[in-house]
Amino acid sequence: MQFMGYRRANGSVGIRNHVLIIPSVVCANRVARGISQLVAGTTWVEHQHGCTQLGVDLALTKRVLVAHGTHPNVYGVVVVGLGCETLRAQDVANEIKDICPDKPVQLEIIQDEGGSVKAIAAGVSATREMVGRASSVERTPSEVSKLILGTECGGSDACSGISANPALGVACDLLIDAGGSVVLAETTELIGAEHLIAARAVSKEVAARCYDVIKRCEDSAKAMGVDMRGGQPTPGNIEGGLSSIEEKSLGCIYKAGTKPLQDVIDYAMPVVKKGLVWMDTPGHDIEQLTGMIAGGCQIVVFTTGRGTCCGSPIAPAIKVATNTAIFEKMKDNMDMNAGTIITGRESIRQVGERIFAEIIEVASGRLVRAEVLGFNDFAIKRIGPSM
Amino acid sequence: MLTGKAIVMEERDNVATVVEPMDAPREIIVEAGSRKVVVHVTENIPVGHKFAIRDIPKGSDILKYGETIGVARADIRAGQHVHVHNLESKRGRGDQ
Repeated sequence: MQFMGYRRANGSVGIRNHVLIIPSVVCANRVARGISQLVAGTTWVEHQHGCTQLGVDLALTKRVLVAHGTHPNVYGVVVVGLGCETLRAQDVANEIKDICPDKPVQLEIIQDEGGSVKAIAAGVSATREMVGRASSVERTPSEVSKLILGTECGGSDACSGISANPALGVACDLLIDAGGSVVLAETTELIGAEHLIAARAVSKEVAARCYDVIKRCEDSAKAMGVDMRGGQPTPGNIEGGLSSIEEKSLGCIYKAGTKPLQDVIDYAMPVVKKGLVWMDTPGHDIEQLTGMIAGGCQIVVFTTGRGTCCGSPIAPAIKVATNTAIFEKMKDNMDMNAGTIITGRESIRQVGERIFAEIIEVASGRLVRAEVLGFNDFAIKRIGPSM
Repeated sequence: MLTGKAIVMEERDNVATVVEPMDAPREIIVEAGSRKVVVHVTENIPVGHKFAIRDIPKGSDILKYGETIGVARADIRAGQHVHVHNLESKRGRGDQ
């Protein structure tokens, strides 16, 4: 089975051909945005990190930024630094170049250029040329087995576990049957359902890691000294009928389909196994999105009951509404409606097959609403304090 | 008796989830696996919310998807709304 993709020198396949502007530090955000605003055909991220971080926390931020630069959906990168930050822009740029020697990488350092205005001007010149070259790259027939799909539910309601998540599970099974990979994440939203996914683990070691990551997650919630209800599930989840994290999780887990669990990996680690993989991410929608894409997901299917608009700067997030009311009300942001399952007009299987067909269409170039509307949400999980 | 839109996910569940707003009082038939259960709904149930399809004594597990989603904080009668006011979660309880 094939789609039309961008074959990269290292054998990976992208479904988009972005020129991405990455600030290595929060102080370079405005310049990164300024460059992108002046050059059509670019995208950019903004974040709060890159300085006064220590140890593994610093390493994680670096890993996520580098992974966005090396991502197969990205043709070329401009890395922007202030000049004095802990996470030096030149280190980020050099690591991207080491991993992807064929990928165009430019570096702009604000202090070296002489301030933000000159840095934006220099960045615009470099980026303009890169975009011109990117526009000549063509899509070629590519194997569906090259796809790594991220799955996410955000703004869940009680319909999530009845309609959109089971349908997404069908689509995930179809992709795995075609040789692809699927990422299940948002560890918090597996609390109460972890025994069901652990039972599908391919080995005792993988099953044990399921329980380990859940314990770590639940312990960190308990350390806050409160009932986690309200933080998880959220007030919107609760208004939508979800009474506990167990109930939310039991509805969330449907999106993982029925295939065996191959591996449990840490946040933003590369997805290397074929089949279903669990990435340990928070339930925070944007941290999860960012982590899955950093791990290599080229495309995401995102189910929502309450309605969420978000999107990644480099990977399309297909929004699937769990109910027809929200699909109609937020039509500008919803790509597909799984509410037909609830009204009985379609079966779970039928909607699942529709989602799978849409994944192939979007992989081949169809833009999703979040892309058209310019959503470039980005957030990195932190594991240490700013000093 | 009217058949409304309320779904029981698995046969052993003791709650049903409504997919249309349900105003009380009303009688409804739900399908719990192969069994048909008649329930007198005594409270208004918003869309997405649950009602008990049989009595659930205080301290018993509340079952949905065939699994435990929490514990009854008080005696719950069949037909009553089941939600955060009478369902306690067992997980993530840093307050306990």
